Amino acid sequence: MSLAEPPRTGSAAADALDPRTRAALAELLFTIADDEFVSGFTDSEWTGIAPLLEEDVAISSISQDELGHARALYQLLVDVVADGRDEDQLAYDRSPDEYRHCRLLDHPRGDWADTIARRYLYDTADGIRLDALAESSFAPLRELVAKIRREERYHLMHVSAWLERLASAGGEPRERLLLALDRLAPDAGTVLSPLPNDLSLVMAGIIDSSFDELDARWRVEVGRVFERLGLSMVLPVADPLTARTNHSDAFRWLHGEFTAVRREQPGATW
Amino acid sequence: MVSALTVPVVDEAAVRAALADVADPEIPAISIVDLGIVERFDVAEDVIRVELLPTFVGCPALDAIAAAVEERLAGFGRPVEVRFGFSVPWTTDRITERGRRHLAKSGFAPPGDDTCPYCGSADVLTDNLFGPTQCRSTRYCRSCRQPFEAFKLV
Repeated sequence: MSLAEPPRTGSAAADALDPRTRAALAELLFTIADDEFVSGFTDSEWTGIAPLLEEDVAISSISQDELGHARALYQLLVDVVADGRDEDQLAYDRSPDEYRHCRLLDHPRGDWADTIARRYLYDTADGIRLDALAESSFAPLRELVAKIRREERYHLMHVSAWLERLASAGGEPRERLLLALDRLAPDAGTVLSPLPNDLSLVMAGIIDSSFDELDARWRVEVGRVFERLGLSMVLPVADPLTARTNHSDAFRWLHGEFTAVRREQPGATW
Repeated sequence: MVSALTVPVVDEAAVRAALADVADPEIPAISIVDLGIVERFDVAEDVIRVELLPTFVGCPALDAIAAAVEERLAGFGRPVEVRFGFSVPWTTDRITERGRRHLAKSGFAPPGDDTCPYCGSADVLTDNLFGPTQCRSTRYCRSCRQPFEAFKLV
């Protein structure tokens, strides 16, 4: 194939969608992009102060991956939203209430056990969401997801090893992990809580299952691991109306941090 | 009339050879061609287009790579358009045999190679799945007691 042929751009693919599906796709992309963006920024707060040098390197690298995924998703959103905003405006120029990340990621960085618990709950749910997009009919998303999944595999290996390590250590490490899981459990189900229009995404073949089904799949996967590690956890089903709204004070603080350069230097880019 | 002496030869072979001169900015031992990130290029009358595949989605070296490609191809006397895409996922099996040799020679275990690039021992520990850049892990050889980096298998 020659490059002289017009590239299959995101905007051509988005223009081929009916308006309702396009709006539902934008909603989906904002949730994933904001999840990756907020988790990347939250965990980048460890850079320089992680408990071990190895983990400083690891969590910084993971955060860099997540921010990279967010950037690529915001670039895709530029074509899908097509309202003249560029990726930086989408990423940085919204008020805290306009962000659509899940409430699980509204929690502050916390201690290392909080970070491992939060990452484990998020990465497992995000992995199931990515699996459901692997055969997406929206080609630009399918192609990006193929790439992202190969990176997320490493994140999951890393966080699973840490979950196991803290849970099996007994004493203070296990105690801290249990406290962290207690704090996060009420919001764990928010990652795969149904979106208002996810059925039209299923109908259009953009995602292969409804979020109700993905959530059920996630509970089986996490339940199996928790049982093996002797962690008895109740993970309530999240209310879809508040799963991605009413953000916390911790997020409002983080928002102030990650928009600081942009506010001081209007037009600053990635 | 344009003299043949003043017009550099601009054909596929010349452009391919020029691209093979562009080193990866994070691991200069390997060229972008041997790294397998040149998905395709097209030499047209009025423009040279190059499509590259990012090794990692958030690779911070992309702008530097694009600038290096533009600079290296500037001598062909026509505009150069570089873009990155995900039309196929870049995977480590796109690294050429020569690329793998160059990695090993400069102390990076090629992807999927579990031996020490310094002494060849298999008595190697993974110190960290992650490393100083997104595409690298850190390891330790218990035989020659040398820490080293490995290219992540993706």
